[in-house]
Amino acid sequence: MALAHAHASGMGGMRTTGDLVARMQMTRGMKIQEAKAYVANKLKLSIRDLTDPVIMTEVRKDLKLGVMSPQAHDAIGIEAKFRIAEVLDIDINCVKRFKDKVSL
Amino acid sequence: MGKIFTRYGDGTPAEMSTSELRADLEAGTEDAADRGKIPPLSEDELNHLFDIFSSPYKFISVEPGQEIVLTYDGAHVKMRRHELNVERIQGLRIYEKVMGADTLELCHVDYSFKSIKPIVTFEQPVMEQALLVTHAPLFYGAMPNLGLYSQPDGPFPNPSELLPAGKIKEALESHEKSVEQAVKDIVFVGSCMVECGADGINIDSTGAAGDADFLAALLATQQLKEKYPDICIEVGMAGEFILGMHAGLEFEGTRLAGLYPHDQVKLVEKAGGTIFGPVVNTKTSQSTAWNLARVVTFTKAVGEVARIPIHANMGMGVGGVPMCEHPPIDTVSRASKAMVEICRLDGL
Repeated sequence: MALAHAHASGMGGMRTTGDLVARMQMTRGMKIQEAKAYVANKLKLSIRDLTDPVIMTEVRKDLKLGVMSPQAHDAIGIEAKFRIAEVLDIDINCVKRFKDKVSL
Repeated sequence: MGKIFTRYGDGTPAEMSTSELRADLEAGTEDAADRGKIPPLSEDELNHLFDIFSSPYKFISVEPGQEIVLTYDGAHVKMRRHELNVERIQGLRIYEKVMGADTLELCHVDYSFKSIKPIVTFEQPVMEQALLVTHAPLFYGAMPNLGLYSQPDGPFPNPSELLPAGKIKEALESHEKSVEQAVKDIVFVGSCMVECGADGINIDSTGAAGDADFLAALLATQQLKEKYPDICIEVGMAGEFILGMHAGLEFEGTRLAGLYPHDQVKLVEKAGGTIFGPVVNTKTSQSTAWNLARVVTFTKAVGEVARIPIHANMGMGVGGVPMCEHPPIDTVSRASKAMVEICRLDGL
C-alpha cells in the first residue's frame, strides 16, 4: 500500500528530492508548493526536475546530498546531512549535535 | 460505457453502472457536508472523481509536478508484522533505499508513550545510530493511548466502570488525571528523542480514547514547542470525530468533543503543531466511490482552512482506502490521486 501511494503521488524520497522537500515542511512549516519552489531555487532546477530520478541522481551526487546507490567517496548518512543543511540553509538537529560532540 | 469495476469499503470487488457510481459520489459528499456542516463537492469536482473511477486502468497517478511528501507511521514495524526478521535500523534503511521513503519514523512495537518511558534509555541509542546512517528526516513516533492510564492497565479508576455506576464526577476526574500524566510522558519521551537528534516527533493516532486523548496531545505539543521551538511536531488523528468520553474538556476555549477535521486542525495550529494528519474513516458496507467522495469533502475543508502542512492519513480503513489487510492498488492509486488533486494536500 505504501508503495502504491509512493508511485501514485509520492515524490520519490532520495531517488529524487522527497527528503529535501520534506525537510522544508518540517523545519519551516512550508506548504508543498512553497517547499518545492524553495528546494528548486536552492538547487537551481525546475519544479518538474525535482521528481526526475535521472536528473536528481546526478545533482545529488555532484552536491554530495546522498544517493540510492553510493560508490566509494560518495557522501553517506550523516555526511550527506551536513551537505543538505548547507545547501538548503537549514539547521538539522542531528548535524548540530554531531558538531557539538566532535567540537566542530 | 459498460459497468465500472470498483470495490466496497472492505475491498470486495464490485461493478457499478455510471448512474450508480454518480449517485454514490453524490451521496458520499452529501453525508460529509451534512455531518461536518461544510460545503459539498462542486459539480466539477464530482466530475473529476467520476473520471478517476471510470478510468479503465488498474493503476493511475497524479500528473508530474503534482507529487507530495509521504510520512509513515510505524514504518519498520510493518516489516516485523510480515515476519521479515530485520532489526529497526535495517528496516528504516529499507524504507529509504528500497522504497524511496521521503521521511522515516523510528518507533517501538508497543506504540505508546507511556510504555516507552521506562525503556527510553534503550530507545535513545537506536535513534542516534539510525541518524548516523540514514538521510531522510527521522521522526520518533508513538500514541498518547490514554486507555493505558486507567485500571487495570494504569493508575487511575476506569471511567468505563465508573460511568455505569453513576459515579460521573469520579469518571471525569479520572480522565483529567490521565491527561496530566500522559502529557508528562509524551513530553519526557519527546524531549529524550529531540535531545538525541530526532528531526521530529509524531504524536500519532491522537484522539483514539476520545477528547481527553486529543487534549493530552495538544498540551504535549504546546509544551514541546515551548521547549524546542525548532522541532517538528506532527499530530496525526485516530478517527474523523472526537468522541466525548469526558465531553467537557476544552483547549484554549474550544470544546473538543464533536470536532471534525477542519476544526481539529485549528487547535493543532494553536498548540504549535507543524504538520496535521487528518483521518476520515472508511465505511466498509459502502462503495469506494461513496467513501472517497466523503473523504475528499472532509479533507478539502481541512485544506481550505489550514495554514500548516496537511498529511492526510491514507492507510487501511481510512482516507478512502479499503479496510483490508492488503489494499488493492486500483483503489489506493485512485484514492491517492483524488485526495492530492482536490484537497490541496501537502503530504500523505
